Amino acid sequence: MTIGIGIPRADGAAKVTGRALYVDDLRPEGCLYGATVRSERAHATVLAITLDPSYDWTGITLVTARDIPGRNLVALITEDQPALADGVVRHVTEPIALVAAPTRDRALEAVKHVQVTYGDLPYNLDPEAAEGHPVAIYGTDNVFKRIAIDKGAAAGTVAGIVHEGTYRLGLQEQLYIEPQGMIASPREDGGMTVIGSMQCPYYVHKALKALLGHDRLNAVQAATGGGFGGKEDYPSMVAAHAALLALKTGKPVKLIYRRDEDLRATTKRHPAIFRIRSVVAPDGRLLEWTASTIFDGGAYNTLTPVVLSRGILHLTGPYRCENVHLSGVAVATHTPPNGAFRGFGAPQAMWAVERHMDRIARGIGVDPLVLRRLNLLRDGDTTASGGVLTDTGGFAVLDAALAAAEAPLPPITRHPGAGTNHARGRGLAMVFHGCGFTGNGEAYIKGKVGLELRGSRVTILTASTDIGQGTETIFPQIVAAELGVPLEWVDMAPHDTDLVPDSGPTVASRTTMVVGGVAQKAARKLREALQAETGLATGDIATLLAARTSSAPLRVEHQYIDDGSVQWNPDTYQGDAYPTYGWSCAIVDLDVDRDTGEVLYRRFISATDVGRAINPVLAAGQLEGGALQALGWATSEEVVLDARGCMRNDRLTNYIIPTAADAPEMVTLLIEIPFAGGPFGAKGIGEIPMDGPAAAVAQAIEAATGAVLDNLPMTPERVLGAM
Amino acid sequence: MLTSPAPVHRARTLADALAWRATHPHATVLAGGTDLMVFLELGSANPTSVLDLWGCTELRGISEDGRTLGALTTWTDMVRHPALPVALRDCARTVGAPQIQNRGTIGGNIVNASPAGDSLPMWLVTDATFELASVRGVRQVPASAFWLGYRKTALAPDELLVRVHLHPHAGDRLHYRKVGTRLAQAISKVVLGGRLRIEGGIVTEARVALGSVAPTPIRAHHVEAALLGKPVDPAAAAAVADDIAPIDDIRSTAAYRRTVSANVIRAWLEGEAAA
Repeated sequence: MTIGIGIPRADGAAKVTGRALYVDDLRPEGCLYGATVRSERAHATVLAITLDPSYDWTGITLVTARDIPGRNLVALITEDQPALADGVVRHVTEPIALVAAPTRDRALEAVKHVQVTYGDLPYNLDPEAAEGHPVAIYGTDNVFKRIAIDKGAAAGTVAGIVHEGTYRLGLQEQLYIEPQGMIASPREDGGMTVIGSMQCPYYVHKALKALLGHDRLNAVQAATGGGFGGKEDYPSMVAAHAALLALKTGKPVKLIYRRDEDLRATTKRHPAIFRIRSVVAPDGRLLEWTASTIFDGGAYNTLTPVVLSRGILHLTGPYRCENVHLSGVAVATHTPPNGAFRGFGAPQAMWAVERHMDRIARGIGVDPLVLRRLNLLRDGDTTASGGVLTDTGGFAVLDAALAAAEAPLPPITRHPGAGTNHARGRGLAMVFHGCGFTGNGEAYIKGKVGLELRGSRVTILTASTDIGQGTETIFPQIVAAELGVPLEWVDMAPHDTDLVPDSGPTVASRTTMVVGGVAQKAARKLREALQAETGLATGDIATLLAARTSSAPLRVEHQYIDDGSVQWNPDTYQGDAYPTYGWSCAIVDLDVDRDTGEVLYRRFISATDVGRAINPVLAAGQLEGGALQALGWATSEEVVLDARGCMRNDRLTNYIIPTAADAPEMVTLLIEIPFAGGPFGAKGIGEIPMDGPAAAVAQAIEAATGAVLDNLPMTPERVLGAM
Repeated sequence: MLTSPAPVHRARTLADALAWRATHPHATVLAGGTDLMVFLELGSANPTSVLDLWGCTELRGISEDGRTLGALTTWTDMVRHPALPVALRDCARTVGAPQIQNRGTIGGNIVNASPAGDSLPMWLVTDATFELASVRGVRQVPASAFWLGYRKTALAPDELLVRVHLHPHAGDRLHYRKVGTRLAQAISKVVLGGRLRIEGGIVTEARVALGSVAPTPIRAHHVEAALLGKPVDPAAAAAVADDIAPIDDIRSTAAYRRTVSANVIRAWLEGEAAA
């Protein structure tokens, strides 16, 4: 059995020895280098694009919107975002033109000599002023999406103790280590191949098809150095640009973003503002919960409506309440579009919910832990949208985390040059996270996985990519376990849209739980095909293979089947919002330096219901990496914008993610409450570690110092100011 | 790949370096490269020529008594030297991360003259002197007279910093504090050096210096004056308000730097008072 064991990652050796080929390692014959001319204005008409006559343009190719053979857009949910600005720019860094040159240095230099003449227009960077702002960015009212969910008695009709609070948070950068990059190469059949850093090869394929006006094209994933959502939709833009340059020059073109360019131009976590009004009984029981939010989508729609959707559906937190009123709006501002980032709206909501639970606890004088235990969702409870919960893990993870927190703290690490005037605090947060696509998304996507048998080797054909999370290891584990064959018999085909079927995107904590489940069913089909071919009834693969007379490859494919277990109405937002939920409890122990407001993490405990850990080492890695990313969001990661909405701290030296030295000791507990719909019981785990830590940190800072912080990030400047 | 078209002169001896420097006063000097490589990547340095000192091994290392440090002494050299005061070794350990510490030099830190340079307040409070050399000769400049303005130093165009000399009293009650953006790979928001001489329970000499709170690293003369002639008084920290001129920048705020400057001085003095 290959399930539940921490086998080494399939791609690990190649990555640690430098043999893995990332896109910038690839050097096709005759390759040119691309670079992007970007808007320096938040909102302007583009009056002219001219070439500096004093510059030597020999060997340099310029591409503008006029060179696009198909439709000028980045095809995704809606069709509002152009691949290259045509006449008007709506955010700083918006792509206007492209250059290709024989060397990267020349391409970067040439960009500086493309002169753009702007006609400035009024603009708005403030999401709270966006709806109905006189300057329209999207539609007539600047609203990308509006959602409302109501359950129980009319709002404001329930009597009890009222608390109201406002909670805010800003942008967060995914900060994958490998910047965005793509190579486009013209094909002999007049088509185009793009290879690069991406989560979703079929998203890239779809975007190129609209842009180029044909589908003689394939998208191939190179080894990818992290994504976290940042490589869900943005690679479609990079691929589009590389393809336009390759089309015009007839040569392969490599387009790799510099770090500062990547930070300024690419998508980030949506900033949000939350207002929550709660009504509780004297003991803390939730009687009514009214929450509203504004998400800042930036200048184009991209994935914003779906992010808002997940945000709203998590806006009760993991708590039961009969009378719930949730509403939200995602608005357009003249800022670079925001997009997918680990958690996809849920971490924002969970921050507000958990901070508000602490407000209630403070207000009525109840222990925050007691308040949470009192209200925690359990099997049979209904969510805000009316879905009935099963497989709930709230109490299991809470008790497991609390038990682990009884252990003494690790000794203090002495950091040179640091102070000793510390106040200690502990904080706890409870979260749940909907696994897989929202609502009937899976029934809509209908992801496919193929298996191909050659001799005794089974190759998995899937578009689900490995972006560091372990797909290349876990899928073979699932297939080998289902077939009962050694792991060495199973491998993965390259993620090339010419070779693999569309499994749906690599997003939403769905890869193992949903696509892994499709792979498991494909393995059953393979066994059945062998049984049919050999006429044997046995399920033993070795016996079936021995009985095979044909040496021809055997290929099967399975497609996701909607079994009706998820009932969801996307128009009314009623029903099962998710196939199942993961549950997690985070407990953080930290010291606050009273002189500086610095937070020093001592220990981070998480207990997470993962359904079933296919590979416990990789599962813990996901949870710990996600937790550190969340701790960075909590106390140090802040995107500073200038007056045009352009990121000022566009360097790793001033956009502050935690280092290994900043990381606490981590205690990571995997709790297994199986989900019948997942392979071997697995639930999605990729995003849930992002949800809880920030709120746990806020509670711990409050416990240590009395400082109440309702906005993220809780930088030393803000902590000291609140003390 | 980072490329620069500038020609590079690789000096192997100090004499060679000084001779070349005399005819190339505008050349960019390369020591460990931990700043210069960043400037090149940012495009903020566009050298016409480069004088690479890394091969001048005579400029590297610390004397056995810990009093004399060559300009090419790395942070790792400092961390490992048993005769150096603990606070100086702690200071070296807060620079960047181990890879930076292996390559970065004290000379580069001093000559680059960033107001946020991690080590600079320590040279002020230890009354260090900088030995500057040129083909014209050698002169000694006290640290307190070296940083003239934002990234401006007392170096003449043909001079190189060759050695740092510590005062014999450098290790007395020496204190170092860095408030950075995180625990490694951090540029300081406030950096503090302090040194006290206490005789008969009375402070007879006080040195307090700060980085990241003015265009240059500065001595906190008002705090020093408030400390002299009495037992250690943590309340003297408040006088720092008259010594510093912090600004809002991308890393922090002027208000934070003001509060934290006073807080970290007070915390140090409270420790000294209790000692």
